[in-house]
Amino acid sequence: MAGRDWNPWRRLLALPNESRTKTVIVAFLVSAVCAALVSGATVVLRPIQTANRAAEEQARIAALVQGIPGMTTLLEQSGGALSTVVIDLTTGRAAAEVTPATLEATLNDATHWTVLDAAQDVAGLGQRPDFAQVFLLRDNDTVSLVLLPISGQGYGGRIDAILALRGDMNTIAGIAVTRHSETPGLGGRIQETSWQGDFPGTELRDENGEMRFAVARGPAATAYEVDGITGATRTGRGVTQMVRFWLGPDGYGPLLDAIQRGSSEPCRKRRPIGPH
Amino acid sequence: MPQAQTYWTTLTAPLIRQNPVTLQILGICSALAVTTSLATALTMSVSLTAVLTLAAGLVSMIRRHIPDAIRLIVQIVIVASLVIVIDQILQAYFAEISRALSVYVGLITTNCLVLGRTETYARHHPPLPAMVDAFGNGLGYSLILIVIGGLRELFGKGQLFGAQVLPLAETGGWFTPLSLMLLAPSAFFLLGLLVWAVRGLHPEQVEQPEHTPPLQKVPAE
Repeated sequence: MAGRDWNPWRRLLALPNESRTKTVIVAFLVSAVCAALVSGATVVLRPIQTANRAAEEQARIAALVQGIPGMTTLLEQSGGALSTVVIDLTTGRAAAEVTPATLEATLNDATHWTVLDAAQDVAGLGQRPDFAQVFLLRDNDTVSLVLLPISGQGYGGRIDAILALRGDMNTIAGIAVTRHSETPGLGGRIQETSWQGDFPGTELRDENGEMRFAVARGPAATAYEVDGITGATRTGRGVTQMVRFWLGPDGYGPLLDAIQRGSSEPCRKRRPIGPH
Repeated sequence: MPQAQTYWTTLTAPLIRQNPVTLQILGICSALAVTTSLATALTMSVSLTAVLTLAAGLVSMIRRHIPDAIRLIVQIVIVASLVIVIDQILQAYFAEISRALSVYVGLITTNCLVLGRTETYARHHPPLPAMVDAFGNGLGYSLILIVIGGLRELFGKGQLFGAQVLPLAETGGWFTPLSLMLLAPSAFFLLGLLVWAVRGLHPEQVEQPEHTPPLQKVPAE
């Protein structure tokens, strides 16, 4: 070879494989190329995945409503449609200026989120949106079913679910898990219908209005419990806390109070629901 | 054409004779988990074959410049990136199947078959033969998965690709589904029977017994 090669690329390739410079550079190049590949794929495919997830959520809501006994006849009576309402969680009333169409844009604004302090934050969320989209089924002016989206911290990540409550706002009519990242075969079984089948009929509060709902450790013992999943204690606890938070005073509590009183009046005073 | 001949051998050897699953018993964890239906088995096969072929090509392309000290890390990084890309594609276009496969697509990264082929073959051969070899191995894996998946779905549910093939007893037919076929152990049995069949055809694959049975003690009289 004549003289020194001034092309840095060729000089790099000519280095012995064992040299430290080449090891570092090769490691860096491989990581950079792979990172570009992965982020490219993620960014390009995200809109399609989001659309898939939304479609799946719609399908789950439909399946949830279909699975509740007597729901099909109720739906037929009320014209076959659930009404979608955006709720202002602080007052428990329908939000005046936010519609389902503008909900997403509203929630992108950080001022519409309430930061939860440690005592309130039983579900491990950190913050809670001020508005939420719920689904109501009315039967001659009385609400006979309400579907409430809830979310909380599980073992492997966030769990999103939709909880259906009967007209008394105290009996669970069903649950559908729309998204989770729990361990397959253990906590992941929360998405199985056999486990969710235990929810209908479970009560939330006792006569004193105290929140009693829990996912049991093992088989359910009381009317307020559902069976736990063996080997998924933390997932079960996550579901318990999630339901307790969202149906408590910081979640849908004001809304449930308003519905229970059967009025659409402003509801500023909270009925004590007890510790959550 | 000796060159084409070689490629043909590299491609077809892993199908039966050198099958990575039945001969080397590689990658059976996914073979047990995802073969409850033919659709998931097929998706998994295609994903694994794609990852394996691309990874072999990439590793083989830079094979002269992979420092020995970090060669496994480099290989795993390449394989893992490809797996993530495939997983994203499945989530976008085959959401239903992607949910059924759950973690197993991610586990392709640690599938011994992939690392085995990149480490033993792709690192020492030019890209084209490496990719042909990887593709052949992917096909061999796919063959086993599709056979087991097909048998399990057929006998477990009486269906193929979700379409009813055998008339079920409860709807007036004659076939009673074998629920055992849908559980993981049945895949183990089927795999065992397949290995038996292949070794029946190719007796040279039969391993030497590791232990010789102890001599019968003759009771002293």
